[in-house]
Amino acid sequence: MDFNDTPEQAKFRKTCREWLEKNATLKESSSKEASFANKDIIEEAKAWQKKKYEAGWAMLHWPKEYGGIGATPIERIIWANEESKFDVPKGIFEIGLGMCGPVMMQYASEEQKERYLPPMAEGKEIWCQLFSEPSAGSDVAGLRSKAVQDGDKWIINGQKVWTSGAHFSDYGILVVRHDPNLEKHKGLTFFFVDMKSPGIEVKPIKQITGGSSFNEVYFTDVEIPDSQRLGEIGDGWKVAITTLMNERLAVGDADGVDVEDAFKWAKTQDSLGEPLLNNKAARESIADWYCEANGLKNTKLRTMSALSKGDTPGPEASITKIVSAGKLQDIGNFGIDSMDMAGMLKSDDPDIKRFQNAWLGAPGLRIAGGTDEILRNIIAERVLGLPQDPRADKGVAYKDIPSGNS
Amino acid sequence: MNLDFSDDQKFLQEEARKFLEKEQALSRNRSVLENNSNVDLDLWNKIVELGWTGIRIPEEYDGLGLGHLELCVIAEELGRFLAPVPFSSSVYLFTEAIINYANEEIKSNILPKLVNGEVIGTFAVAEEMKAPSADNINLSSNNGKLNGVKIAVPDAEVATHAIVVAKTDNGISLQLVDLSSDGITIEKQENIDESRGYFSISFENVDSQLIGDETGGWNLYEFLINQAAVLFGYEQIGGSQAALDMAINYAKERYAFGRQIGSFQAIKHKLADMYIALTLAKSNCYYAAWALSTNASDLPSASATARVSATKAFQLCSKENIQTHGGNGFTWEYDCHMFYRRSKLLSLNIGSLSNWREKLVTSLEQSNIN
Repeated sequence: MDFNDTPEQAKFRKTCREWLEKNATLKESSSKEASFANKDIIEEAKAWQKKKYEAGWAMLHWPKEYGGIGATPIERIIWANEESKFDVPKGIFEIGLGMCGPVMMQYASEEQKERYLPPMAEGKEIWCQLFSEPSAGSDVAGLRSKAVQDGDKWIINGQKVWTSGAHFSDYGILVVRHDPNLEKHKGLTFFFVDMKSPGIEVKPIKQITGGSSFNEVYFTDVEIPDSQRLGEIGDGWKVAITTLMNERLAVGDADGVDVEDAFKWAKTQDSLGEPLLNNKAARESIADWYCEANGLKNTKLRTMSALSKGDTPGPEASITKIVSAGKLQDIGNFGIDSMDMAGMLKSDDPDIKRFQNAWLGAPGLRIAGGTDEILRNIIAERVLGLPQDPRADKGVAYKDIPSGNS
Repeated sequence: MNLDFSDDQKFLQEEARKFLEKEQALSRNRSVLENNSNVDLDLWNKIVELGWTGIRIPEEYDGLGLGHLELCVIAEELGRFLAPVPFSSSVYLFTEAIINYANEEIKSNILPKLVNGEVIGTFAVAEEMKAPSADNINLSSNNGKLNGVKIAVPDAEVATHAIVVAKTDNGISLQLVDLSSDGITIEKQENIDESRGYFSISFENVDSQLIGDETGGWNLYEFLINQAAVLFGYEQIGGSQAALDMAINYAKERYAFGRQIGSFQAIKHKLADMYIALTLAKSNCYYAAWALSTNASDLPSASATARVSATKAFQLCSKENIQTHGGNGFTWEYDCHMFYRRSKLLSLNIGSLSNWREKLVTSLEQSNIN
């Protein structure tokens, strides 16, 4: 066991580091949290992405012809690891690059890949993912937006929801129902769509936090050329699953306060005349969060070790989001509670803000990209090999599946 | 980056698993529990023959001269099969104390005998029904004689020697005792996992040999349990995995309401939580194994992290394994209770969960994570 890079890895890390040092500044202890709502951050993110793209760092694992440098998985991790130490914008391109990119890479025509992938990598064009609907969340295959074929184009009608970044996106990937007479999973078809198309209306949703990072997206007689279909007609679920698998990799660690922040806070925060860190309950919580945080960190190191040897990592990384989102919520709560009655008050103190943001934002993270419950199902079924639930919608035409009043 | 065991270490682990499977170590654990015999000496002798007691002992003392990582993979397998042997007492604690702190004379006398099985060691700390600390050790060491009583000493009946934590005029010391010496009375203390024995030992003017120095014994003890916590952690994740595997198999075989109970989300989520706890513990044990094998400066926080998460994982996995088995899980006949008992024994052996949480936060304060 060791934590050393191989000579090649060390050389690669040095190259990353040198470029980053020239082009960005090292992070200070409290990191800047990106917000979708902030226009400046989008411009800043675009500029940073372009800079990376020009130097070959934007999508380094992609093939050269689409703007990558064909890096290995471990090199990609080394880059991400080094980049994370710098104060650079994030949170704008993850969905496009993490989910839409791979799907385009796998299913789009050569011509489309050449047209769309480089500007996506460069950050010139932003992509979003249009899957969930008001009546189809965890059960996303239950979606009802319609696609009707009309010659060499399709007419789309319906509504999508929880679409992160739709309000500043140029393109989106979309799954819709082309035939409600087929079984649920069989009647779906997958497209990509120009978000500026006539008939698309984007309405931001105000969240618990007061911000609006996601949207409702309405489709009224929106035309999509058949050439923008990804996969065969009726293969929509298969294509969507490819995307969702990538989403689980993209939505990993919950950003925000962690155990170090709780520890640091507890050292100085007063609790009945003593530092909070002297409080037994606080100490026990900090110990447990430390174990969780390090458990995730060390799990990542195990995954990297496998990649470094050219092995396929085990399923361990599947626990990341469940553990980190729950921990974020609890640590946010801990910080707020420590101020007792005054914990309700908003403040300019950046530490207090971060605890409050964590507490308000964490409920969203426990839902986005697979709820805690869906993720537990996935662990149980795919990792532990437990049987699927018997389903009331199996072998039934979509139009005949009970859907309540929704 | 290589947070993983080597191929040789994985091979050793594989061989250990095959051996314990072939020897039906889990059934042996049941026999020991039912016969109240506290140990399976036949299995122990085979383990000695395989050389496992000498893994960490240098070759000059007839040992294998291997590292802690080899010990970790063996510990995981012993934990998986709940092997009813005094391995943890003799190897994780006693042997390490001799290797680290004994003088040359003691080393050359004791270490070869630990390898060939003539000596089995244990460690005696607790005196009262509360956590031992440097302030509440009353057993005294004066002029080479021990007087006092230790309780909850594991494996004392089969052990030939013990390291005893004793008070001196100026502090705490570690004392090596031959358990056949005059003035020693060993009495069995009933416990909640009778597959392993607990004993009280009373000392009346018993001869002892100092290990380490006269006053700094508590620090030595702390170092030894920081090391041992990693190895206990490996036993705990081995046991957690076995309990989780049992629960998964049962959830697939057992039908209720016309379907496998493993198809109910209430069961799925329970088992997923067991997997999550185990994965966190395992990853923390990997890191702690590295810290142990390199004597890294963050060993105190690394071992406490492994210890806390492995204790939580085994407690969760063993209790929810019973729950998954329903009424069957509560019977003597099913093996679930053996894991439940062992999880408690292992969680207390070198100090309770809440005390290890405290040690973890204290080590963070000392290393000042910010």
